[in-house]
Amino acid sequence: MVEVRIPTILRTYTGGEKAVDASGTTLGALVDDLEANHPGIKERLVEDSGELRRFVNVYVDDEDVRFTGGLGTELSDGAQVVILPAVAGG
Amino acid sequence: MRGAATPTLVRVLRLDRTTYDAIVAHAKRDHPDEACGIVAGPEGSDRATRHVAMVNAAGSPTFYEFDATDLLRLYQEMDAKDEEPVVIYHSHTATEAYPSRTDIGLASEPNAHYVLVSTREHGNSEGPVEFRSYRIVDGDVTEEDVDIEESRG
Repeated sequence: MVEVRIPTILRTYTGGEKAVDASGTTLGALVDDLEANHPGIKERLVEDSGELRRFVNVYVDDEDVRFTGGLGTELSDGAQVVILPAVAGG
Repeated sequence: MRGAATPTLVRVLRLDRTTYDAIVAHAKRDHPDEACGIVAGPEGSDRATRHVAMVNAAGSPTFYEFDATDLLRLYQEMDAKDEEPVVIYHSHTATEAYPSRTDIGLASEPNAHYVLVSTREHGNSEGPVEFRSYRIVDGDVTEEDVDIEESRG
């Protein structure tokens, strides 16, 4: 099992929970598992093209997944995943 | 109950003078690039107590973005202290202190006061700035009053 920290803006999908458990051996599989239990959340994280959204940051054990293989990033049991929307604008 | 009896939630941003001055100084210092940061406060309190100036990883006069690693550290720190971002601020250096389309599209803290500071009048120099605050929820922008409290002691 992997603990996933959910940002405020996405807690509408998790019944207000700040953290949920999910499973998957890769981040991509984990996102699919999240979607199965919290329908609608995947679309907020992943583009139609299958890439992680530009303004969503995902960290596995404190590492930004942009540098560890994106959705292909492997997850060990007990890993911690943190989702944070970018704080950005023009 | 409906009609006149329906309560309206009047929002106001309350900031102490020291924090206000620190945000303005940051915006002036980073001009002509956009400055950005937060003021954290106890979760659910709506009290902005701890100013954190962030680096604009975009280093741009037209865009700002917190560095991804800094962002994680910031949220971990707030988590550990049971805080949340009460204020999220950034500057506009050539336009008015009103959220741009990008600001609205990317706003993702529905509980935060989004503060915009415009340095277009005086840049790095002394002189007044435009300092305005908004709620941005689901693409809707609502301006609110800013109440500066003189620091005690």
